[in-house]
Amino acid sequence: MYGIGILKGLWVTLVHFVETYVEDLRWLGRKRYFSPEGVAHRRSKDAKGIFTVQYPEEKLPVPEEFRFIPFLIYEVDEEGNKHDRCTSCGICAKVCPPQCIWIVRTEDPVTKRPVPEPVEFYIDVDICMNCGYCAEYCPFDAIKMDHDYELASYDRHAEHIYNKEKLSKPVSYYADIRPANYTREEAVRAAEEAKKAEAAAARAAAAAPAAGGDQPAGD
Amino acid sequence: MSEQAPVQEAPASPPTELEKRFPGLVKHDERAGYEGHIVEIANLVEVATAIRDEMGYDFLSSVTAVDYYSEAPDAENFIEVVYHLYKSTGGGSLIYKVQVPRDNAVVPSLVPVYPGADFQEREAWDLYGVKFESHPDLRRILMWDGFQGHPMRKDWKEAYFEEEVKPFKNRWPEGQVYRIEDRNPFGKNVSYPAGFDPEGFQEIEDPNLYSSLERSAMEYVEDIDTEQVVVNLGPQHPSTHGVFRMAVRLDGETIVGLKPVMGYLHRNHEQIGERNTWIMNMPFTDRLDYLSSMSNNFGYALAVERLMGDKAAPPERAEYIRVLMAELTRISNHLWAIGFLLNDLGAFFTPALYAIEERELILDIFEATAGSRMMCNYFRFGGVARDLPEGILPKIKDLVQERLPRKVDELDLYLSQNELVRSRGEGVGVITPEDAIAFSASGPVLRASGVPYDIRRADPYSIYDRFKFDVAVRYHGDVYDRYMIRIDEIRQSLRIIQQVIKDMPGGEILNGKNPYQVRVPAGESYGRVESPKGELGFYIVSTGKANPHRYHVRAPSFINLTILEKMCVGQKIADVVVNLGSIDIVLGEVDR
Amino acid sequence: MTEKTVAPTVNSAGYDVPPELRQSVAVTTLDKIWNMGRRYSVWPMMFGLACCAIEMICTAASRYDLARFGMEVMRPSPRQSDLMIVSGTVTKKMIPQIVRLYNQMPEPKYVMAMGACASGGGPFKEGYNVVSGVDQYVPVDVYVPGCPPTPQALLHGLMKLQEKIDRESITSVRWYQKDDIPAIPVPLLGPDIIDPRDNPAIREATSRKPAAAAPAAPAEPDAAAEAAAS
Repeated sequence: MYGIGILKGLWVTLVHFVETYVEDLRWLGRKRYFSPEGVAHRRSKDAKGIFTVQYPEEKLPVPEEFRFIPFLIYEVDEEGNKHDRCTSCGICAKVCPPQCIWIVRTEDPVTKRPVPEPVEFYIDVDICMNCGYCAEYCPFDAIKMDHDYELASYDRHAEHIYNKEKLSKPVSYYADIRPANYTREEAVRAAEEAKKAEAAAARAAAAAPAAGGDQPAGD
Repeated sequence: MSEQAPVQEAPASPPTELEKRFPGLVKHDERAGYEGHIVEIANLVEVATAIRDEMGYDFLSSVTAVDYYSEAPDAENFIEVVYHLYKSTGGGSLIYKVQVPRDNAVVPSLVPVYPGADFQEREAWDLYGVKFESHPDLRRILMWDGFQGHPMRKDWKEAYFEEEVKPFKNRWPEGQVYRIEDRNPFGKNVSYPAGFDPEGFQEIEDPNLYSSLERSAMEYVEDIDTEQVVVNLGPQHPSTHGVFRMAVRLDGETIVGLKPVMGYLHRNHEQIGERNTWIMNMPFTDRLDYLSSMSNNFGYALAVERLMGDKAAPPERAEYIRVLMAELTRISNHLWAIGFLLNDLGAFFTPALYAIEERELILDIFEATAGSRMMCNYFRFGGVARDLPEGILPKIKDLVQERLPRKVDELDLYLSQNELVRSRGEGVGVITPEDAIAFSASGPVLRASGVPYDIRRADPYSIYDRFKFDVAVRYHGDVYDRYMIRIDEIRQSLRIIQQVIKDMPGGEILNGKNPYQVRVPAGESYGRVESPKGELGFYIVSTGKANPHRYHVRAPSFINLTILEKMCVGQKIADVVVNLGSIDIVLGEVDR
Repeated sequence: MTEKTVAPTVNSAGYDVPPELRQSVAVTTLDKIWNMGRRYSVWPMMFGLACCAIEMICTAASRYDLARFGMEVMRPSPRQSDLMIVSGTVTKKMIPQIVRLYNQMPEPKYVMAMGACASGGGPFKEGYNVVSGVDQYVPVDVYVPGCPPTPQALLHGLMKLQEKIDRESITSVRWYQKDDIPAIPVPLLGPDIIDPRDNPAIREATSRKPAAAAPAAPAEPDAAAEAAAS
């Protein structure tokens, strides 16, 4: 009969419509909206009825691997001084597909050797394509992808080239947004440190009679 | 880097079938790492016809030009046009090439033999300045008429030219930041020829387009003597799926001529790709068909891995993850395509909203695995970027075993038998199987016309030969079948994913380390995958350096559009958007 | 109830309403009422360019639901829309159309540059057919970085736009001033894209070029030859 197909279609939409109320009733007493469980339910396989996540009151939790604009990590020592993890090796600038990273490296005026920490570090966010290569290929875990996406601004000319100050964030922030990555990397670093210390100790033991072996591990 | 011996061929190969058929006219391509034949230019049409009719290579996959140019005084400079052909019954490729001098690049057109060469030859003319003799409609296709020069030639420099190849040297170690527009005298991405007078300049809008439209308009005789009008749909039109434009010649409501106009999103993907290093191109491929970035990654990774050989063979687990992601992409893409085809049919937004719900759930998986909803950048040469995160596999399992099959059935119930969908879709925009093959249509468009050609089965790549699935095929070749075939394909993809999850092995996800500079041995390679839109191919030429010498994308949406004119002529204007929607184009891929 | 919802948003500072009247009376400025009406009914143009357009559609669809902001009425015609979301890479071939659409929009009109490409050229900036930022041709109110910005980032940008609307005043907005707002000249597709506003600069550069560039190239070898000769 002509029209059966249309009726079937209308039936499907009617079911969807009714489900929104049924679903609200099933959540009676529990918070379906504005609660983490509610949001989690709306993005699970059982999601039914209202599917909307009501930004800005509720925000979708971003997964750990989520990447937006990169940021630089610094560590804070006991005295409260900030130390960049970045060593200005330039790998991120070399691997960046749209070439949006600019790094200024300087030399120590006395020793004429390059200072590891960059003087300046710029990222033009109007070019950045959020690909995550800088973070992926950084050998020092110094640059990572941020989770903060609320960056809209009124003026790109003044604000959209991020300098080192704007890019730098403490390591605690990184540990906060990417706990699993952080733990894994710290374990690797600790293992490496231990190995290095062991090697240094062995070398020191071997070189102890010869004396004067205080050259830093220079790589 | 020492040159790796190419695996593809032995130096003194026995004469192939083609060489025996045309002794002296067809030579073997002897360059290291290259394959196929070099055809004498005078015999191109004759050889092409014989290859099609006698040897059965009826599907012209890709036509592209390569500029071999070097400023060295003794360099041999020429332009090469490369043709990739396949049999529509399956199997490997046949490649042949012609070589022409750069200053007099004239090649006979193959449009009379393969109508599917139409847009591709126009593209080669636009970007490389290769003149295809006796091409019926040789106009610029991506840039506008009057644009200066052929930009893909190696000696052409754009306004923002910084350096020949990336990485640019001034980024590190003394990277004083600048915006490149501040170094241009106009503060914009422009340059003008000397002596150009802007005041006296008069823009004539698309003169060649309208004359070509008039030329190709079909004879249409009605009882009443009516006047024909030209209507432009797009580039800003809600139903063109982006910035696509069609110039339509109408007699009453009947279409007598139609010319697609593209290039409004031509963002120079290939030129940037030739400046990038190999690995840098991966995130750029995401932005080709931005609805199915994982498939694009797949194709590019395959093409490069083919050149790199065994050292880039992905481990088992990586292969499984790749297939898993590619099939999830196919589902999400088809859901989107169905939703927006219904939009074009006039069912504004409810079907699309239902489809987008499921797509969002798939995007959640991509976001958790690859880090981004759309621009996944997940594949690496020899594997994938990172392992699946904890807990994602059960989530995928729930989705593909419980929710998605139910939802596909629901979509089927909701739309497939709907009388309006059927009456607007059945018998509209019919493509015969012969036409589909001749016009190089691929993917769902080809299969809905009754040609069961799916690269996953016809020329298997990765580990697709291990899975049980049916090649979806429908036989009417109309809009309705092109809609139904997408539902069929979602079901088949779910079947594949269910097998993948069951067999997913543990182990490594990357062959070796993940270096930021990969070395690719000299040679050429063509990697193609069955992307949700059709056959996505990457043709790359390496000279052994850090950057590709040629990087060409055989974009399925672009080539599927070749047949649009034939589909629409003789039908009503209201069916144009439906025909276009049923091809399922993405402008990022059409214009690149 | 009313007091709670009405008072903080509408009631202006400095106008004390007696407590017994707060249920029914709110004193506010005309600007606030006017802006409130406008900020909750911004109609975007149904206009997508590239990848970001997909995220824009997702923002309007099931999960993010632009209707909560009164913005779901996507108008296919520029004549009915208040906001142009430039969502994607702006190419030279497309910019004349974008300028034309902008000119056709009635005041008050707003432009949002969504994503890196529309803001400043994005990853494709170096390309020969790419415009490095739509703001070189039309004025932009809000920039949303990201490639592509997620739907939530776009919503954040739209809220920034609402804030901007809130700060406007009837007395100073440009469309109630006496002077006409001139239309933006539409760029032409010549040998390269031509912005008519740049015409003097272009003419100066192109007429100077044969004089300046031609000797500039051989100048060095000449100088070298002279140096060698002397």
